[in-house]
Amino acid sequence: MDCQECHERTATLHFTKVVNGNKTEIHVCEHCAKEKGYVSYDEEAYSLHDLLSGLFNFSSPSVKQNSFVHTQGKTCEKCGMSYSDFTRIGKFGCAECYHTFEDHLNPIFRRVHSGNTTHHGKIPKRIGVDINLKKTLTGYKEKLQQLIEGEEFEEAAKVRDKIKSLEKDLSRNGGDD
Amino acid sequence: MSLQQFMNDAISPWMKEDGPDSDIVMSSRIRLARNFDNIPFPILAKNEDLLKILEFIKSKYHHQTFKTYQDLEFVTMSELKPIEKRVLVEKHLISPHLAEKSQLGAVLISKSEQVSVMVNEEDHIRIQLYFPGFQLEKALDQAFAFDDWLEEEINYAFDEKRGYLTSCPTNVGTGLRASVMMHLPALALTQKLNRMIPAINQLGLVVRGIYGEGSEALGNIFQVSNQVTLGRAEKDTVDDLQSVVEKLIEQERNARELLLEQSPLQLEDRIFRSYGVLEHSRIIESKETAKCLSDVRLGIDVGFIKNISKSILNELMVLTQPGFLQQYAKEGLSPEERDKLRASLIRERLNLENG
Repeated sequence: MDCQECHERTATLHFTKVVNGNKTEIHVCEHCAKEKGYVSYDEEAYSLHDLLSGLFNFSSPSVKQNSFVHTQGKTCEKCGMSYSDFTRIGKFGCAECYHTFEDHLNPIFRRVHSGNTTHHGKIPKRIGVDINLKKTLTGYKEKLQQLIEGEEFEEAAKVRDKIKSLEKDLSRNGGDD
Repeated sequence: MSLQQFMNDAISPWMKEDGPDSDIVMSSRIRLARNFDNIPFPILAKNEDLLKILEFIKSKYHHQTFKTYQDLEFVTMSELKPIEKRVLVEKHLISPHLAEKSQLGAVLISKSEQVSVMVNEEDHIRIQLYFPGFQLEKALDQAFAFDDWLEEEINYAFDEKRGYLTSCPTNVGTGLRASVMMHLPALALTQKLNRMIPAINQLGLVVRGIYGEGSEALGNIFQVSNQVTLGRAEKDTVDDLQSVVEKLIEQERNARELLLEQSPLQLEDRIFRSYGVLEHSRIIESKETAKCLSDVRLGIDVGFIKNISKSILNELMVLTQPGFLQQYAKEGLSPEERDKLRASLIRERLNLENG
């Protein structure tokens, strides 16, 4: 479907406007939606900017475009933190917020943490048993690959056995992967 | 262990030992931010949740001992007078945030004051460990051990992808803030430090004043710490900080030598003027005190002053803070009264040394 404003780009946003009981359907592309004021995502971008400008020094245009979609009004079910609250305060309300606002976090983390988005480092001993096993397992698998490439089959067989026994441990712990 | 001891001594027991490179590095600190799984972070948690955490920490850790960290004392913010909180802030045992903003906050402090665990600050748990001098690696090892010990009882909020989950996005991942408190008078005097700071920032490290974010570098004491907590393992973070601090130590020593070579008389004059001010003034503000203490400390390090020990300077640095003075006087004091008491305390303390 073409954008009803410019008739050039594909309409990616679809609204139903109801005024005094009269329904109007609107189909526009992102560009026109922004230009004609159908969406107020600039507001969101600005509040994000307000918050992050000092702390995170935010000015990436790509973020504006990606965060355009529906998560705008998402609210964390666990603690009641809304996305706009999060951008205003700059703090998460609870651990679950990390999942609720997942779609928005990578650009923020990249800014704050020199381009990183994934944890590397300590893992809790007790609750992280499975994660630790998985990490060791990945390490062994890489080693196995190297050994096979280096045609050190005797060593490779030993590593393969280690992998097997680890995998057994994991399935016993209920690890699903 | 009673609260009284934390209040009475300006110097924490762990500060009495000299650590490596203690002429320049005053202390090394490791902080780990942790949260309980399933309980909203303090900014959004209900009071009953926060009270539950206080109750839990008290029941599990009050009067407990882990390794050399003996007899942990559990103290809630609500039981402290404003002056007492201020004293704990001045000793760096709690943060200004915990003292002022966390109504249901508390702290666990070990007898040696080497470990303090803030409860219900910005995160549910903030473990802090201090070591004298330059001992970052040791501090990290010990902090890990302490963290593991707490984790035996606590289910931490942890995510495989994001690591330890914290209230502020700037702490997520390792939750680690490693910092080193440094006395850099020669680099400050020669303006060299200002030129080094941008390069240090590029490595993801920050340099700031003694009381953390936004504070002024009183008495030429600077705190260097890491900023990045996500995607970089604790060990690597500490290694980076370690190598920058080594460079700073080297540069500071060079700058001191250069000063001694190029303007020995001016340096000697500056140091002894400050010594004179401390020995003889009748009214002195905390800013001037910090400046003079820094000069005298430098004087000891480069050998101009021989009859004072460095630990007295560390003690005076804390003792002359507003909170401590009032604690000492056992009453609230106006700024003028503080300046008077400060001057007389310093004189007394220096005389004791000379006598």
